[in-house]
Amino acid sequence: MDDVAKAIIAVDGAKVSFGAVKALDGVTLRVMPGECVGLVGHNGAGKSTIVSVINGGLTPHDGTVTSDGERQERYGINAARDRGVRCVFQELSLCPNLSIVENTRLVHRALGGFGWRSRAAEIIEKSLDAVFPGHGIDSGLTVGDLSIAERQMVEIALAFSDAGTPARLVILDEPTSSLDASLARQMLDHVRRFIAGGGSVIFISHILHEILETCDRIVVMKDGRVVAERPAQGFDHHGLVEAMGSVAKAETRQRPVREQSAAHAILSHQASGLPFTARTGEIIGLAGLAGHGQTELLLALHAARSGNWLPQRNPLVTFVAGDRRLNGVFELWSILRNFSIASLGDMSSRGLVLEAGEKAKGAAWKERIEIRTPNMDNRILSLSGGNQQKVLFARALATRAPVVLMDDPMRGVDVGTKQEVYAIIRDEAARGRTFIWYSTEMEEVCLCDRVYVFREGRITAELVGHAVNETNIISASFEGTA
Amino acid sequence: MTFRLSSDAVRLAIPALSLTLLLSAVFWLQPRAMSYIGLNLLFNLAVPIALATIAQMLVMAVNDLDLSMGAFVSFVACVTATFLRDAPAIGILILAGAVAAYAALGVVIHLRNLPSIVVTLGMSFVWGGVAVLLLPAPGGQAPDWVRWLMTVKPPLAPMAIVASIIIAVIAHFIVKRSSLGVLIRGVGGNQRSVERAGWSIVAARATAYALAGLFAVLAGIALVGLTTSADANIALRYTLLSIAGVILGGGEFIGGRVSPIGAVIGALTLTLAGSFLSFLRISPDWQIGAQGAILIIVLALRLMLNRLEKREKRR
Repeated sequence: MDDVAKAIIAVDGAKVSFGAVKALDGVTLRVMPGECVGLVGHNGAGKSTIVSVINGGLTPHDGTVTSDGERQERYGINAARDRGVRCVFQELSLCPNLSIVENTRLVHRALGGFGWRSRAAEIIEKSLDAVFPGHGIDSGLTVGDLSIAERQMVEIALAFSDAGTPARLVILDEPTSSLDASLARQMLDHVRRFIAGGGSVIFISHILHEILETCDRIVVMKDGRVVAERPAQGFDHHGLVEAMGSVAKAETRQRPVREQSAAHAILSHQASGLPFTARTGEIIGLAGLAGHGQTELLLALHAARSGNWLPQRNPLVTFVAGDRRLNGVFELWSILRNFSIASLGDMSSRGLVLEAGEKAKGAAWKERIEIRTPNMDNRILSLSGGNQQKVLFARALATRAPVVLMDDPMRGVDVGTKQEVYAIIRDEAARGRTFIWYSTEMEEVCLCDRVYVFREGRITAELVGHAVNETNIISASFEGTA
Repeated sequence: MTFRLSSDAVRLAIPALSLTLLLSAVFWLQPRAMSYIGLNLLFNLAVPIALATIAQMLVMAVNDLDLSMGAFVSFVACVTATFLRDAPAIGILILAGAVAAYAALGVVIHLRNLPSIVVTLGMSFVWGGVAVLLLPAPGGQAPDWVRWLMTVKPPLAPMAIVASIIIAVIAHFIVKRSSLGVLIRGVGGNQRSVERAGWSIVAARATAYALAGLFAVLAGIALVGLTTSADANIALRYTLLSIAGVILGGGEFIGGRVSPIGAVIGALTLTLAGSFLSFLRISPDWQIGAQGAILIIVLALRLMLNRLEKREKRR
């Protein structure tokens, strides 16, 4: 218990779930003064969730937060800030319409009163000079006018800046993703100085050598749990990659390897990195950490193969959206309408929809993929999330397009439905359809015949057949150089 | 370090330029307008419009839109021409209540996550109905002090110009210089980051709406000071005029990018556009269309400039 008394923040047995998804499943994490903790893990491991718990943005459904030995009953954003917890978020989170000085004002609530502008300017300039000597950023500029790297620098400097309450624990979530090597170096040096001065840092990065050389202790997360926790000397590059994937699921089925190199190439695309090709009847996985260019490739493929102004008579590609609510379902429409919208051209004559044909096709697909509803005329929102997703699949599969693009469509879908959809995909692939499948879930990527791994917007590896496994994918997504 | 023109300055350049251009055109068509009285006549109707535009701008700063502006200003005009003259205490109470109602609207819109357009559209019928109850037929009379305020003849520049400058300076101070203004624009720019810094978004939004209500009340009072009497439909045009004024002045519908000085200039430009068309002897039937055309031209200019700016940035 001595540890807990000294820790700046100690989280004990935190559990958080979003619907059926367990984001955190009993995580215990302590951050001591003068310590840099590295936090690594693949997509959905729960890194961002534990960060939200520590910075007060999220209250765990179970478990406790303790700070300086006091148990925090009402821990929130303001309580966290008063204790000197600061956070640099993965997505840039400054107000783009405000100047750097004004953003400083917003971050430091205590800064008000007459003449705050000059005080804020002094604070942010001092911090920028300390973290990035020779930065050349004028604090009067509007954030929207800065380059991405400059915005990131301002955000990091803001986290370390001091206006009354000094920063004691700074959480850096992928801070170097848009900095070049020399700026990243400056930042890492500052982190070490900050640690030497008694501050603490939680450092999240996918660039493993940064973690290995900067951190004192490394915590590896997977599926909402801490799976390994050791001093940094206890890890090397290889060991870290292995720890992230170590809990390989025992039930991962052996997948029949299908040889398709002879099949006819149906689609190819030259993005940055390795060339991309898809052959008839293949299931191709796009893997790597979320947001590293997979969705962009899918959109580029779709844009290149579909008409801009007029719908094409025989489209080559069709799209299954990932974010159902945002760009998948038409919430006010019936299930049947939602299903038939993509193939209305085939079901109409002289511009009028043939209702009998639409109904028959809807009934056939309802049968085939087992949409659980008494009536296809019910509203789409009467279905469960998994069944809504099935309707979206049916919408894509009912078109005549030979290539189906899938943008992580299985997010938040229950296991049973997933298995059913996997079976449909395999079945359709055997009939000669091509699937290009971006997924953040390892299990799904491992179902694919061939996998392209993305890093920083580029295809950096291609895995075929037996090489498609968790270890290879993780090691390719985390490859070391900055 | 290279010199970078701030995007705010660029944003202000187009409205200032279009106002100057329009003003020179008016002077060229009608040189007699270039006088103390001429300028006052050209611009005095711009004062209430400028105030309403500032009110609309405050709502737009938090990514909302107020479609009840015209009805609300009409309602305030009716209160001013009746209660504020005959029973000032009750009049002030009613207007304070109206401002509080605006703040409450902000709270409801935020808490229930309602689209502001729908809520304010609904409210516009409420304000309109109350205004008709107050003044079923055009009438009432402006309080003497309001009348005096709107017809005062300051030395050097006419009232309309002085008032516009005062409005612009005060609004600029509130929105661009004060901490409160930063908070309000921050909510429009990136609500999550403001939340993460520990501010109350509800309070920020309520304040923005209350300030908007206050400026709209001033707009109604100023309008009655000019027209001497009121009518329940007196300011219905103000809803669209105020939105157009904000956009013309370099503001944007979302993202918290607003400019108070630009908004006042936008209001002046809109008023002037009407006079310009009269001087051109364009028949009133065509005037609204022609006013729209001027709006489109100015906005097209701004889009072009934005595009240039983006191209510069990519280099």
